[in-house]
Amino acid sequence: MHQLTSFATDYTRYVLKGGTKFYAWMGSLAVLIVGMLYVFYLQNTDGLIVTGMTSQIHDGLYFANLVFLVGVAAGAVTIVFPAYVYHHEGMHKVTVLGEMLAITAVIMVMMFVFAHMGRPDRLWHMIPIIGIYNFPHSMLAWDVLVLNGYLILNAICGFYYLWIKYTGGKINNKWFMPLVFLSIVWAFSIHTVTAFLISTMPSRPMWFHSMMPIRFIVTAFAAGPALIILAFMIIRKNTKFWIDDSVINLLSTIVTYCLGIAIFLTMSEVVVELYARTEHANGLYYLMFGLHGLTKLVPWFWASVVLMVGSFLLLIFPKFRHDYKMLPILCATTFAGIWIEKGMGLIVPGFIPSPIGEVTEYYPSFVEVLLTLGIWAFGFFILTILLKGAIGILLGDIKYRGAKAVATR
Amino acid sequence: MIPDEKAPTELVKTPASADPAKAVLKTTRRDFLKSGGMLSLSSLVGTGALMAQTGDAKAAVEWAEHFQKNYRLMTKEEKDEARARLERRYSAEYGKQVTVDTTDAQPGVLMGYALNIRKCIGCRRCVHACVAENNQSRGKGRPGEKIEWIQVLRMERGKFEQEKMDHGYPEGLGIQVGGNAYTPAGQVLEGQYHYNPEKVPEADATYMPIACMQCEKPPCVKVCPVRTTYREPDGPVVIDYNWCIGCRMCMGACPYWARRLNVTTPVLPKEEMNPVTHYLGNRPRMRGVVEKCHWCLQRSRHGRYPACVEVCPVGARKFGNLLDPESEVSKILERKNVFRLKAELNTFPKFFYFYD
Repeated sequence: MHQLTSFATDYTRYVLKGGTKFYAWMGSLAVLIVGMLYVFYLQNTDGLIVTGMTSQIHDGLYFANLVFLVGVAAGAVTIVFPAYVYHHEGMHKVTVLGEMLAITAVIMVMMFVFAHMGRPDRLWHMIPIIGIYNFPHSMLAWDVLVLNGYLILNAICGFYYLWIKYTGGKINNKWFMPLVFLSIVWAFSIHTVTAFLISTMPSRPMWFHSMMPIRFIVTAFAAGPALIILAFMIIRKNTKFWIDDSVINLLSTIVTYCLGIAIFLTMSEVVVELYARTEHANGLYYLMFGLHGLTKLVPWFWASVVLMVGSFLLLIFPKFRHDYKMLPILCATTFAGIWIEKGMGLIVPGFIPSPIGEVTEYYPSFVEVLLTLGIWAFGFFILTILLKGAIGILLGDIKYRGAKAVATR
Repeated sequence: MIPDEKAPTELVKTPASADPAKAVLKTTRRDFLKSGGMLSLSSLVGTGALMAQTGDAKAAVEWAEHFQKNYRLMTKEEKDEARARLERRYSAEYGKQVTVDTTDAQPGVLMGYALNIRKCIGCRRCVHACVAENNQSRGKGRPGEKIEWIQVLRMERGKFEQEKMDHGYPEGLGIQVGGNAYTPAGQVLEGQYHYNPEKVPEADATYMPIACMQCEKPPCVKVCPVRTTYREPDGPVVIDYNWCIGCRMCMGACPYWARRLNVTTPVLPKEEMNPVTHYLGNRPRMRGVVEKCHWCLQRSRHGRYPACVEVCPVGARKFGNLLDPESEVSKILERKNVFRLKAELNTFPKFFYFYD
């Protein structure tokens, strides 16, 4: 018990300690978070009318971010898998950072759920026993199950590891390893189920195909590690914690391959849909070229194509991939390209045209943009705290009495 | 709390329901407590707040509503209580005696609907009658404030023309392999419903009214994470508005675009409000929940036609009991050519289209 309280106080004390740069970063995030709280209040007094969503297009920026961030959460498995299955030395050292990212992403997903719902005050209706949980019929119920499971698994694995490092004890592999492997499988499940969420609706032909889960997973395994590489680059530059080149190189290889497969799958979809050009292809056609003169998403789509294909063409050359000045830029463009493709570019055209043939458009309102930015800011806020704490423990800066440090340069 | 709402102290004492069949249930709140035992958290909170005489029935009632169960899981007592609570709130809010019916499905009844697509003249009276009957939001300001459950699609008649004989594709180069001698003709689901003609029917158009198909296998019901929407035993797919969390999965799953979201508090002027309501039907909705056609449960459960059937000037709309071989709908199914919209999706609508 004493160990636990000293863990909490040491952890908090370490996280709160920081220079001007740290506080400027956290402060600017806090400003956005306050803005988010304000528009969330607006949205829950005036209603969703303050967003761009309508009865025709009722899933927008929030749902798009939700779907994307499930992918980021699942992307953490690109660290855990090589670390524990292939015993990759460098990865093993940073596994816990991947788990911290997963925790953050799932929390952000849950916040987007709150932002998306018409009646967030009634969320308790979903809680079994006091409410009704439509399991196994509702795909959303499955999603809630797998997301919460993933959060718990990562929290247990991550914080147990940190706890052991803090106290200087030994990891009990008897139950720790099974949990780690479960979390690997579970990572696939969260994104598969999220894909099923929209691909099981014949009413929306653009989504109604079985390629959706694999497309979700490969885009996740490109965008997730791309973000992780960026985070690792920042960590290498700003802390004493050293992340091996081998880790970054393996991650950038994963990004490259997955991005390539993602582009291939998108291309397959375009060929299949546009070759036959049935009415069911209208959504995709709207996205690529516009429909009935409505073209708001067209620039977004082509921007995403340029970002994804451009990044891929450069990433396949080891010369660029191993150039650590170039790599962060390529990771950022990959991340942005997939954010568009899998976010707005996937969710919104699913509603265009509506099932009875009406073509309308959606564009996020200021409230939606600010709320979304606020949730991202909140995500970065907790990610900073979690990563800083984890690194402190790995460095041995936070330790219980005289426990040994794990990793220094 | 909205400041301009007066505390409706007198209305609190009104009988539980104006429905004569239910008038016996005039137990006072105190009797309720004494008979106790079956009291849920919701009733305790609600009754407690009312007995404390806060002087504001609306706030107390809304507070209690937050804790009530899904309608289907309520006991008879809880249903009556929820009804009384709602009647009190609505009566206060709209300044008239509002009744909330809780009549259950009648045994031996399965509602069905048939629409003579050849007769429809596109006058959209059904749309307006539906809005008036079912207390939909009718704001004129922001777009989301206007909700209509019925859509009458206007379809271009289209034709093939001599002058366009040489139109085709690829246009301009190579040998043409396909023809473009047409303007879109026939019934496809790419109509428009924002039309405003001086006279109907228009010569160059046909009409296709669409609303909830009350499917036997409703995709919307399957996806609902909290089972707030379900098919009633007599056919219609209904929503417990107080249980809906506004996740909109049902709206995505509906192949007929039959569901609408209350993006804001519905705009329902007091004088236009229809005070005869059903719990699962046309009672006023709240912000953030989904609503849809329910075949006017407040009417159809008492042997009346839905408003759209009653108002149709050409008799294109037919409604009745599918289990009764003598009903109009059964006769139509027996004798006419009928079809269902998007039958390939296996939703098995109880809404049929037919033509003479």
